[in-house]
Amino acid sequence: MIAQAPAIAAIGTPRHHYAAFAVMVALAALAQGAFGIYPVFLAKVLCFALFACAFNLLIGFVGLLSFGHAAFWGSAAYASAHAAAKWGLPPELCILFAAFVAAALGAVIGGFAIRRQGIYFAMITLAFAQMIFFIALQAKFTGGEDGLQIPTNYRRIAFGFLNLRDNATLFWFVLGIFLIGFLVIYRVIHSPFGQVLKAIRENQPRAISLGYHVDRYKLVAFVLSAALAGLAGGTKVFVTGSAALTDVNWPMSGEVVLMALLGGMGTIFGPVAGAVVLITIEEFLAERAGAWVSVIQGGIFVLCVLAFRRGIVGELARLLKKPL
Amino acid sequence: MKTKLMAAAAAVALSIGGAQAQQWSDGTIKIGVMNDMSGLYADLTGIGSVIAARLAVEDFKAAQKGMKVEIVGADHQNKPDVGSGIVRKWIDEDKVDVIVDVPTSSVALAVNEIVREKNKVFLISGAAASDLTGAKCSPNTVHWTYDTWALANGTGKAIVKTGGDTWFFLTADYAFGHALERDTAAVVEKNGGKVVGKVRHPFPGQDFSSFLLQAQNSKAKIIGLANAGGDTINSIKQAAEFGIVKGGQNLAGLLVFISDVKAIGLQTAQGLIFTEAWYWDTNDVNRKFAERFSAAHPKKVYPSMIHAGVYSAVTHYLKALEQTKSDADGKAVVAKMKSMPTDDPLFGKGTIREDGRKIHDMYLFEVKKPAESKGPWDLYKLRATIPAAEAFRPLAEGGCPLVKK
Repeated sequence: MIAQAPAIAAIGTPRHHYAAFAVMVALAALAQGAFGIYPVFLAKVLCFALFACAFNLLIGFVGLLSFGHAAFWGSAAYASAHAAAKWGLPPELCILFAAFVAAALGAVIGGFAIRRQGIYFAMITLAFAQMIFFIALQAKFTGGEDGLQIPTNYRRIAFGFLNLRDNATLFWFVLGIFLIGFLVIYRVIHSPFGQVLKAIRENQPRAISLGYHVDRYKLVAFVLSAALAGLAGGTKVFVTGSAALTDVNWPMSGEVVLMALLGGMGTIFGPVAGAVVLITIEEFLAERAGAWVSVIQGGIFVLCVLAFRRGIVGELARLLKKPL
Repeated sequence: MKTKLMAAAAAVALSIGGAQAQQWSDGTIKIGVMNDMSGLYADLTGIGSVIAARLAVEDFKAAQKGMKVEIVGADHQNKPDVGSGIVRKWIDEDKVDVIVDVPTSSVALAVNEIVREKNKVFLISGAAASDLTGAKCSPNTVHWTYDTWALANGTGKAIVKTGGDTWFFLTADYAFGHALERDTAAVVEKNGGKVVGKVRHPFPGQDFSSFLLQAQNSKAKIIGLANAGGDTINSIKQAAEFGIVKGGQNLAGLLVFISDVKAIGLQTAQGLIFTEAWYWDTNDVNRKFAERFSAAHPKKVYPSMIHAGVYSAVTHYLKALEQTKSDADGKAVVAKMKSMPTDDPLFGKGTIREDGRKIHDMYLFEVKKPAESKGPWDLYKLRATIPAAEAFRPLAEGGCPLVKK
């Protein structure tokens, strides 16, 4: 299924990755500064990009298709919004708390899910995610279908000096969090730990025969992915100002699969590209296409699967003959 | 011709402008209509709300009064993230001055906070949450057409008074359904009715047969549907299959709209009772508006109460701007809107309360039998009018922090 990453990738950083990384950061900074793209929109894209990267860590590098990542993204969003609205914690603590909640949830769900593979794994994660959705729907503190909003009088100052009410500051703050998450994922993939993950993806029985505790590796990867999805979800709350049922519902799990697929599963930069494309479509069409948003998204998905299965960055990497 | 018009406009501007010139931020009054243009609520709100806003601006003769008004529309796809993204961008980049409509409570509540932070104006027609003028009330928001409290209250009270004194509730099993059931049951009991039973169905539900059989066996005169959207439509359809209405019981919808009735059809929906704020076939002015609206609508649908609410709210907003002469300070505009009595062709005379709640009559309608209907949109007959003074939650009970005790 995932053909583009070589089975044995070198530990350490190939030079073209530095270049690609620089291009990505420069594009983000330029989009905000020079091209005058609306910074709050970019911040939202970055949140989804990190979410997609976290998801990609599992599907692309361990070969586990989670269909329940909305649970981590959504519960982190609720945790973050709750910590802000009810406890009045500063944004950075809310986000940390959110990532912690998602990690804890990931440990529980992952503990069950990693015992199975393939469709069974996907279904277990989906089932757990639906349970979380049900809790979010029924519980008092989530506000049911009303959702949780960050009130206007909340002091939106991160680290005591970053005023997140200012759109540009918000963008840089989110870019910082995104880069931390992104670099963590990059480091994990290119560490000896990451090599073992890839070995598991390629041939699990062989990894077991080599003496690796496969389940333990998978669980750590799962928790890491959940925590990073939570980091993204917790940050999103400060961009959009609310957490709601759409964050935990299954279409969100589907959307992140679509982002990873469109950008290129198992590539490092792919999910970022996928998130950029999908969120841009969603927002761009909102004022123009009306009823056609979902149809167009579906069309793009079909086109992507039929015409360029490796995704945007995957195809690019094939042209350049370098893993991206 | 053009110079003549300009001169006329200038004259009007002078006569009402007086000493102080009008100050429109960036020269235009920009109205942003955001709602569901593609999903479940597209016929109920959708492009129709944009049309209603446009008709309101036309009828107000804004251009002749020297007001340059521009209307933009967007589809929030019922996602709070998309909705808040659009509204932020509208306000920050596109200089939109007022956000209108916004169905789906989670989106409306998110927009409520943003508009307050940015000190613009939020005119709600589509959203139902009573919290918008309760705990979450804002000095920048007016909740125009209806809310869940008004629907529960109107339906509960008026039905009991017109003879429906025993109730059985079919309730969607989540906070929203519970709240609808609780509010309605309280009204029913307060007015001398009796709740003989209730059953909770999973949300979202598909098969309502066992719940409907329980409701049928309860022999209650009224079966209250404390659910919404697809659940309500499915339960009405399945109730018709069991012949519940033919057997002498009536269904009472607590969140039903004209678009739902149209979608279900008279054959199935006949006998359904529910509360709305406005219906097109009540007087000549409304009928004329409905014709104009339908002619302008791409799907030729007739206006819902939400469309009428958008028309009415935009009209009052423009009237307030005539007085304030500036659209820069949203809080001041809303304060002006509250201080002036409302009066427009569709909703007639009314007021806006301190908590942002617009006050007007509500109406209890019953869906006609197919034989009684004279046209494709001839759907309701009026059963009772709920006077404005009783139609909405009393000011003191909402818990709005803006209201001084």
